[in-house]
Amino acid sequence: MLFRSILAYIGVSFAAAAIELPDLPYSYDALAPSISEKTLRTHHSKHHAKYVNTANEMLKSDPSHAKLSAEKIIQDRKVRANNPSLFNNVAQAWNHAFYWKCLKPNGGGQPTGKLMGMIERDFGSFDALRTKMENEALTCFGSGWAWLGYDGKNRGHEKLVVIKTSGAENPMAFGITPLLTIDVWEHAYYLDFQEKRGDYVKAYFDTLVNWSFAEENLKSILPGHEEL
Amino acid sequence: MPTSANTAKQHSKSAPATQKTKPSLTTATMTKLSLALSAILVGSASAFSLDMKAQGGNTRRELLQKTAGLATSIAVPTIANAYSVPDLNYPFEALEPYIDAPTMKIHHDKHHVANINKATEGKPEVDILELQLNALEAVSLRGPAVRNNGGGHYNHAFFWDEMAPPDEAKKTKPSSELEAMINKSFGSMDEMKAAFEARAAPGALFGSGWVWVCVNQAGDELKLVGTPNQDNPLMKGVADEVMFPILGLDVWEHAYYLKYQNRRPEYVSNWWNVVNWNKVSENFAYVKEKKAGVPVRG
Ligand SMILES: [Fe+2]
Ligand SMILES: [Fe+2]
Repeated sequence: MLFRSILAYIGVSFAAAAIELPDLPYSYDALAPSISEKTLRTHHSKHHAKYVNTANEMLKSDPSHAKLSAEKIIQDRKVRANNPSLFNNVAQAWNHAFYWKCLKPNGGGQPTGKLMGMIERDFGSFDALRTKMENEALTCFGSGWAWLGYDGKNRGHEKLVVIKTSGAENPMAFGITPLLTIDVWEHAYYLDFQEKRGDYVKAYFDTLVNWSFAEENLKSILPGHEEL
Repeated sequence: MPTSANTAKQHSKSAPATQKTKPSLTTATMTKLSLALSAILVGSASAFSLDMKAQGGNTRRELLQKTAGLATSIAVPTIANAYSVPDLNYPFEALEPYIDAPTMKIHHDKHHVANINKATEGKPEVDILELQLNALEAVSLRGPAVRNNGGGHYNHAFFWDEMAPPDEAKKTKPSSELEAMINKSFGSMDEMKAAFEARAAPGALFGSGWVWVCVNQAGDELKLVGTPNQDNPLMKGVADEVMFPILGLDVWEHAYYLKYQNRRPEYVSNWWNVVNWNKVSENFAYVKEKKAGVPVRG
């Protein structure tokens, strides 16, 4: 239930064939100049909207999967094998809804509290985490995502991890709870940075990242909700 | 709970590391797995090199090719990074309005160049065609650079040369042999184009990749193949059999985003206006005769 409320919080809905396109929590021009108005508008109203619409179309015409929640479709190996396109579109709908919340106008800085403590414990320092996440973002070949996640699978050895995923892939499929993400599909930055993905990732950390969202995500799963 | 190994294997063609090791997700292996996660999740990851080396210095390579003959394998140990980005046969703006000049310039001067520096990762250079055949096997021995960047070099070099300015492209046409093969394989040119466009649609080729028209091993049929990232059908293991591309389209977002943004289908259908069918016919004749990939410049 908690998981559902977290997902609902970030804008993924669970009724059959009702994956929604959430409004952005800021205006299209709010992230300029790091992310231009044109990029944000296209990314949200075209790319994200297309994933949502396609996912809903597919759910409508796929009775065996129509009643499944987004996270079930993302996590269940069999569902994905049976309908990889459904997985791609549902996961991309989820990933983008999550990504918007990872950004904010005048973002940047560093996290505080429990999250910062865990970062220092698991990576050594905030700078080390940032470097690691930047590196994953840069070495994600092709289209994908770089994530900070919470790996609670090993009881007593829960820890933060940094990973990159390909295409629509989401850490939840690997038993890792997303705390923060960077979209490194070229469409996320190409109008503003072209081939210079490194500059986009730098701008993300310097001016956009919403650490309080990551802190809330961590708070929601701590302590002791290993079903995540 | 799904196991990472199987999930990654099923859903990412580019996860060779998992295919070898298949880690099981017991508690005991969890730590090890987490350490390996980044490699598993994006198996084909390689440094997307953003430090561009200055272009040029391809004369030595050209000389090598001239003396050795284009089709011959040049297994000469030479300095690393001897691959080079070939100059375009037309100005950057020549494919307007279908492909815009800024896209061509960045694509050629930045994206293609980025592949060159990583292709051999300091190892002796071999012929770029030879590099393709065993690219997937090379991942476990030498990391993903041969596959990702060696593939990226071949694919882009191949791509530049099959295009021409629209007024020239308009005057080109498939040879009678190629036309016959197109009709035999797809029914007609229009049907081939329609099938190609469907294969290149974002839902069919998800994420970054290429779509190819290839001659099959038997040499008696054309096949459409979509490949993720910088893979191509010359690479053993990418398709059911090694096939020989005669035409290929880059559908990475960088190939069209400045002009078309999310409208990939419009990019694909416009692209026919700059396809040089004379070159595609040459590719076809070469592949039919040699049963080998088409050599590329650079
Ligand atoms: Fe995106
Ligand atoms: Fe490209």
